[in-house]
Amino acid sequence: MRKTNDLILQTVTKIVSFMIFMFALHIFFAGHNNPGGGFVGGLLTSGAIVLLLLAYDLKTVAGSLPIDYKILIAVGLLFAVGTGLGSLVFDVPFLTHAHDIFTLPILGETHLHTAVLFDIGVYLVVVGTTMTIIQTIGENE
Amino acid sequence: MNASEIGEFLVVLLILIGSIISVISALGIIRFPDVYTRSHAATKSATLGVLLSLTGAFIYIWLTDHFISVRLILGILFVFITAPVSGHLIIRAAYRSHVEMTEDTVEDELKPVLNDKR
Repeated sequence: MRKTNDLILQTVTKIVSFMIFMFALHIFFAGHNNPGGGFVGGLLTSGAIVLLLLAYDLKTVAGSLPIDYKILIAVGLLFAVGTGLGSLVFDVPFLTHAHDIFTLPILGETHLHTAVLFDIGVYLVVVGTTMTIIQTIGENE
Repeated sequence: MNASEIGEFLVVLLILIGSIISVISALGIIRFPDVYTRSHAATKSATLGVLLSLTGAFIYIWLTDHFISVRLILGILFVFITAPVSGHLIIRAAYRSHVEMTEDTVEDELKPVLNDKR
């Protein structure tokens, strides 16, 4: 088969995938007060990685993002269980969340919530699951 | 006529023109003879229609709620970048799978180039 010239698609992918990554982060952090959250953020992130997979091939993306997505699922589940178990240390029921307003050096007054840690778990599990499914189907061996 | 009325007029005009251009683009998709001319109608004018409508929505939210919606700016930029590329890819796939042009076609300049490479 002839090698095709994918210059336009690859150049646009370089710009657009970063835009999707940033928007996924925005959706993820806006999840508490606006529509969004870990699930949609994770899906958008895996969408950006799928766009990279479409423009380049499986090996190139695996070289630039050397992540084992099955391990990512495990890490996400550990995050979720860990935030649940953390509440047991303070002698409150499982999955009780805590929040407070902190004064951080650059960001100023910030409302920090342990539910974000749980959301990070959801995010990692969604990214891991989607990418595992797509990469397993995409490999033609 | 004060400033906000002029702004609202602008918003109405933008969204109206955007929707009219979208209708014209849909008419073009129905009326044009082959896939290449149809894609010309679908990518160019549909993109412009969406961009005008989004710009109208952006200005409306800015004027009424005094809120600059970064998501709408991002959406405008995103559609502007990606819609022509998607048209390009669809049409390239159509040309490479030898989709016929309309009978009125005068010249196919790409054909000798592709045949030479092969």
